[in-house]
Amino acid sequence: MLHIINKSPLTCSTLDGCLNTATGGDLILIEDAVYAATRGNAAESRLKAEMGKFRVHVLMPDLEARGLADRLIEGISPVDYGGFVELVSKNKTCQSWL
Amino acid sequence: MKFGIVVNEGPYQHQASDSAYLFAKAAIAKGHEVWRVFFYHDGVNNASRLTEPPQDDRHIVNRWTKLAEEHKVDLVVCVAAALRRGIKEENLAQGFRISGLGQLVEAGIKCDRLVTFGD
Amino acid sequence: MSDARKFMFVNRKAPYGTIYALESLEVVLITAAFDQDVSLVFLDDGVYQLKKGQQTKGIETKNFSPAYRALEDYDVEKLYVEKESMDARGLTEADFLVDVTVVSRAEMGALMDEQDVILSF
Repeated sequence: MLHIINKSPLTCSTLDGCLNTATGGDLILIEDAVYAATRGNAAESRLKAEMGKFRVHVLMPDLEARGLADRLIEGISPVDYGGFVELVSKNKTCQSWL
Repeated sequence: MKFGIVVNEGPYQHQASDSAYLFAKAAIAKGHEVWRVFFYHDGVNNASRLTEPPQDDRHIVNRWTKLAEEHKVDLVVCVAAALRRGIKEENLAQGFRISGLGQLVEAGIKCDRLVTFGD
Repeated sequence: MSDARKFMFVNRKAPYGTIYALESLEVVLITAAFDQDVSLVFLDDGVYQLKKGQQTKGIETKNFSPAYRALEDYDVEKLYVEKESMDARGLTEADFLVDVTVVSRAEMGALMDEQDVILSF
């Protein structure tokens, strides 16, 4: 399954909730969730610890818009909207953690 | 592949409608079909033809209208959510239609993938 | 029912603060009318939707919680609450206004994996 997260991990427990409950698979960070993909943010170690269980992707246009494209955590794969579409099509289901 | 998209937030206030639009455009560019976009909750405000953003900003409503015209995307606005928020036939933008929640369920049944954008 | 899809509605938001819980319930009832295989799951603040004894007179808003009791009439009988979310809010099964199945996080994750369509609002 593809898990779609759109909230900053610093103000909202959504990413944490997904990491706790979901069994793994692909995970894409979009909108304000892209802050989770940046070096030095408080949620970095939590996300890194789950990177065996989840394949983590980040929507680069959202990261670029926020001025943080150069802080991408190693191991997180950058995708554009086309890559986002591919992730949705290759997974049987997707879930937006709203 | 046949895609359905759900938009749960209004334009400008939240990025959801922008994300949904860019996703839809990318899906079409990859040769997929965007069969239906269903607007629910405050998402129904994406269908107001009274929307007038400043000249230098994107026109979110017209962008959906154009996508619908060029790629035969069915833009459906939930009737119950729309009436609650003052969206009616008389202020409905071109390319959108007002219908029931059954249209969302139908998208879930008929589409290969259903992707939700919201808050 | 054989070609019915498995629809899961994920409720993670509390009632009244926002309209999501109410409008989500409206979709659930319609989906059931389409003879689909419907599950409702409640996790995080979504578990507050099921709290007994909601009194909304003071906020001049309709109390929609009795509608959860009507789900049975629509043959929606798969209601799951995540135990960790319930515990974290000081709630127990006795606090809920309908019968639910309490599942662990791991069981909730496995349930999600079985679905064809997952909707969250």
